[in-house]
Amino acid sequence: MTPLGEVDGRAIPFGLKNVDTDVIIPAHWLKGTTREGMGRGAFEAIRKDPDNIFDSAEFKGAPILIAGDNFGCGSSREHAAWALGDLGIRVVIAPSYSDIFSGNAVKNGILPVVLPQAAIDRLMEVAQTDPVHVDLENQTVTTMFQDRFTFEIDPFRKMCLLEGLDEISITEKSDAAIGDYEKKLAQDRPWLQPSL
Amino acid sequence: MTRPRTLYEKIWDAHVVEQRPDGTALIFIDRHLVHEVTSPQAFAGLRASGRTVRRPDLTLAVPDHNLPTTARLDANGNKLPIADPESAAQLAALEKNAPEFGIRYIDAVAPEQGIVHVVGPEQGFSLPGTTIVCGDSHTACHGGIGALAFGIGTSEVEHVLATQTLLLQPARTMEVRVEGEVGPGISAKDIILHITGTIGAAGGTGHVIEYTGSAIRSLSIEGRLTVSNMAIEGGARAGLIAPDEVTFAYLKGRPYAPKGADWDAAVAYWKSLATDPGATYDKVVVIDAADIAPSVTWGTSPEDVVPITGVVPDPASFADPSKQTAAAKSLAYMGLEPGTRMQDVPIENIFIGSCTNSRIEDMRAAAAVIKGRKKADNVKWAIVVPGSGLVKAQAEAEGLDRIFTDAGLEWREPGCSACLAMNPDKVPAGERCASTSNRNFVGRQGPGSRTHLVSPAMAAAAAVTGKLTDVRELMA
Repeated sequence: MTPLGEVDGRAIPFGLKNVDTDVIIPAHWLKGTTREGMGRGAFEAIRKDPDNIFDSAEFKGAPILIAGDNFGCGSSREHAAWALGDLGIRVVIAPSYSDIFSGNAVKNGILPVVLPQAAIDRLMEVAQTDPVHVDLENQTVTTMFQDRFTFEIDPFRKMCLLEGLDEISITEKSDAAIGDYEKKLAQDRPWLQPSL
Repeated sequence: MTRPRTLYEKIWDAHVVEQRPDGTALIFIDRHLVHEVTSPQAFAGLRASGRTVRRPDLTLAVPDHNLPTTARLDANGNKLPIADPESAAQLAALEKNAPEFGIRYIDAVAPEQGIVHVVGPEQGFSLPGTTIVCGDSHTACHGGIGALAFGIGTSEVEHVLATQTLLLQPARTMEVRVEGEVGPGISAKDIILHITGTIGAAGGTGHVIEYTGSAIRSLSIEGRLTVSNMAIEGGARAGLIAPDEVTFAYLKGRPYAPKGADWDAAVAYWKSLATDPGATYDKVVVIDAADIAPSVTWGTSPEDVVPITGVVPDPASFADPSKQTAAAKSLAYMGLEPGTRMQDVPIENIFIGSCTNSRIEDMRAAAAVIKGRKKADNVKWAIVVPGSGLVKAQAEAEGLDRIFTDAGLEWREPGCSACLAMNPDKVPAGERCASTSNRNFVGRQGPGSRTHLVSPAMAAAAAVTGKLTDVRELMA
């Protein structure tokens, strides 16, 4: 996973709320067996309009996406994060996310920044014409107009993003603890072993 | 004395392998359900890193999303090919990956094949008090038998395959209490649609919802699975309903369920899981069952719910300006005008099925309405898709398939079908579908499709009248 520290660039002022993962990537794009190439299906219905924001000269390839409440709701498909990543998006800024989506985003090196609606409104305005700067280390979103918004992030997620860590290798360090738990489980709740 | 705990806290505490100083915990996963769509990249990841599946014995794979629901065998009993090459490749990948990694696999033509969330409880693989994950957001379903069950992404699928654990932050707790009795013709689906309309699509975000109250307690297991299934539509990652005698009676004797002395020990443990008196939730919502009518969605978010007796709302009637915009967009997509009576909305397609509503009780509820009636002429496509081969066999033994086919509905093979437009069952652009599935998103049932979420009885009512209909009028 590519580490993420600071991202500076144009932010797509998308702004809609309850953007579900069927909108981010429709189900017929889920039939592959690899993670690559999902960007082609990203926001497919919206991008059928030739004047859509994602393919506009100004915002094509922009690294930041600004959205409304409950971004990424619905299906657990990680394809949504793969599709955003393949579009070149490294940061999403929204007032809230579905739990599954925000987890999937972090696992793919995409930072889900949570900011209040008032900050979103201001960034939507700036994003029309100017870039936005996101600094994960300092947990800030700033603009050239002296706007400065700070955001909260779970320390473990922050570390994973900053260092580009793979969670499985972190968990494998707890191999002995997992083994101990399994032994205790076999004693305490032996009926958990499937009877077939 | 220990602090009173909720059902969620008890299950969480029993699964902590390691508590981390940053607030996350390594949580043991008791059951992992795998299907063909969200697993190929996870298996490829294992292969690339030389990892194996830590606990294949706790993992069960079954294909469901891509499978066509038309006949799967020819007259000689040979498997028919899958026409769509991408679907065929994805199904073939699971068929190959499962044995390669030593995982239990239910084949597409096995009698117990079905939708993963129907199969888990039906096989007794899903059990109360367990942690269950699957690369599918409707894993919340298994909360209906008292399991802490939630959907995960493909990276997490790979993580669970490799380590049988997940690194998680504890969720906040939310109680949704439904007290009283629902009226005739009103089902578990109407309860959960009403709840979703009340709390909103993000009302449960960050929370695990425990459904309590007399209206929930009096539901069958099928009904409880329906309610918990759609916890995710209210933004909650998981739903929970405390296991009780109804749960134990449902699970006893199922193939993977504990047997003999193990069964007794399991039941004793499950009985200890109910939320303690005095335990508190972070959020509580109380709903009077008497307020719940047969419910239907009008828009493109599952929170867009009205009683069937209601009308399409005016976007201006919403206080939140962003909801006004969203509602106006939804109505344009749905081709609906504010003020239109829901009962005047014509329906061209009927889908009875999905992990929300494809169990035997759902089949019976739909058949009871259909019996002795005919599909309306303006209904072009009406399919009934049982959730598993076992549901199908049971329904056929009861003659339900004949009731549907005599009325002009199609009786199909088990699978996810028209819930999500990944297989040949799709709703054409611009047409409406009265659907017993769980999501009415833009394009969910096919590009341009217009979904109205309803209960099985309500879908059946729409099938015979050709428009959204208050099923209570057909019952009189």
